[in-house]
Amino acid sequence: MTALLLRDLKLSVRAGGGALIGVLFFMTVVAVIPFGVGPDLNLLSRIGPAIVWIGALLSALLGLDRMFQTDREDGSLDLILMQEHPLALTVLVKCLAHWLGNGLPLVIASPLLGLFMNMSEAAIGATMLTLLVGTPALTFIGAVGAAVAVALPRGGLLVSILVLPLAIPVLIFGVSASYAAVEDPAPFMPPFLILVAITMFFAVIGPIGAALALRNTAD
Amino acid sequence: MPESLAITKISDLANPTRFLGLAARILPFMAGITAILFAIGLYLTFASKGDYQQGMTVRIMYVHVPAAWLSMMCYSVMAISAIGTLVWRHPLADVSHKTAAPIGAAFTLIALATGSLWGRPMWGTWWVWDARLTSVFVLFLMYLGLIALNRAMDDPSRAARVSAVLILIGFVNIPIIKFSVDWWNTLHQPASVIRMGGPTIDKEFLWPLLIMAIAFTLLFFTLHIAAMRNEIWRRRVSAQRRMAARMAGRTLAKEA
Repeated sequence: MTALLLRDLKLSVRAGGGALIGVLFFMTVVAVIPFGVGPDLNLLSRIGPAIVWIGALLSALLGLDRMFQTDREDGSLDLILMQEHPLALTVLVKCLAHWLGNGLPLVIASPLLGLFMNMSEAAIGATMLTLLVGTPALTFIGAVGAAVAVALPRGGLLVSILVLPLAIPVLIFGVSASYAAVEDPAPFMPPFLILVAITMFFAVIGPIGAALALRNTAD
Repeated sequence: MPESLAITKISDLANPTRFLGLAARILPFMAGITAILFAIGLYLTFASKGDYQQGMTVRIMYVHVPAAWLSMMCYSVMAISAIGTLVWRHPLADVSHKTAAPIGAAFTLIALATGSLWGRPMWGTWWVWDARLTSVFVLFLMYLGLIALNRAMDDPSRAARVSAVLILIGFVNIPIIKFSVDWWNTLHQPASVIRMGGPTIDKEFLWPLLIMAIAFTLLFFTLHIAAMRNEIWRRRVSAQRRMAARMAGRTLAKEA
């Protein structure tokens, strides 16, 4: 399992720089927003957490279709399917590796973008914390989509369409927790804890569903 | 043994020819009853007096509420079929959840459109990002995603199994829709018909609504069975075409 984790991590960092492209995309999306809504710093600081979250969501979707597809192309997916370990566990490890390679860089990049958006320190911290907790859920949900679309030649777009509706609760509670940290009347903890609960929930459902889908797509 | 009898009845239906026979027998009756119920329901709808506050627009409810119920029930039917596909490998379950998706999408669209029409005079806006509206919209997107997934795959049985997994994951959304109006205090009113302590809605509105709901449910099942029948026929036609193409290749080779 550790070997698989390390292997996937190395692949995501080295081969083609998939992880870095995700961060670049994240920055590009966030950088485009001020061109759209205008450079009003007050407005930007108000919508900042939401923009950062949406950017992170979109770039988390970007790398998803490669999650199992590269393994399928070089045949290692068949080996993974044949091994004795429970498949759901293997998928969980692959999700973790994918998150470390693609999700964590987004979290690390988010404070910088927060500065661009003229967000306060509290808002930046809260957004980073919610991203840290919320992006694993995106990966777990995405694993199901990636597993479903693994056999399709142009699966990337379909994965995004299938995954986005399920990712909406993550977005809602992530953004509301980030706002709650800044605005006084709303408490920070309830939405944050719900976000944690969503992540835990999908950490169970996601790998099981993805494993089931992988078994069924194997030809 | 009554249970084993039920099981054999269901597994008998695994034979598509038996299902086609059954469908041919019950479809005319179901279509007839649906038409009669719609006639009664629509008559009652127009005969009922308008609400003292909402006036005529309250009649939108008789289409909106059943369609919204149906959009959720259709997804539940799909989820049950998905379990049938994954657990029992029941061939009809594949056909069932594949054909239910477009029907469900249609009912969801009706619910959204009529709700929007109703919202304009009542709330003063076509659309609000209210918890229930948003979650129903998400349901609509999920239906469309499932249809897209089914169309993207060539092999019907594999497409069925894969989309079954996705249906079951997406079933998370159904309780969210149902309880969204209780969990979040929003513009959309909470449940007033199916609730603890009896319906709060007036009898004058309840009866037409119930009849319309039954009519919509029957309409769904009629359409669903008809669509399943069409899907089985479509698969047979494509299988025979493939066979004919193979035979044509052979005869050409012989002649050459």
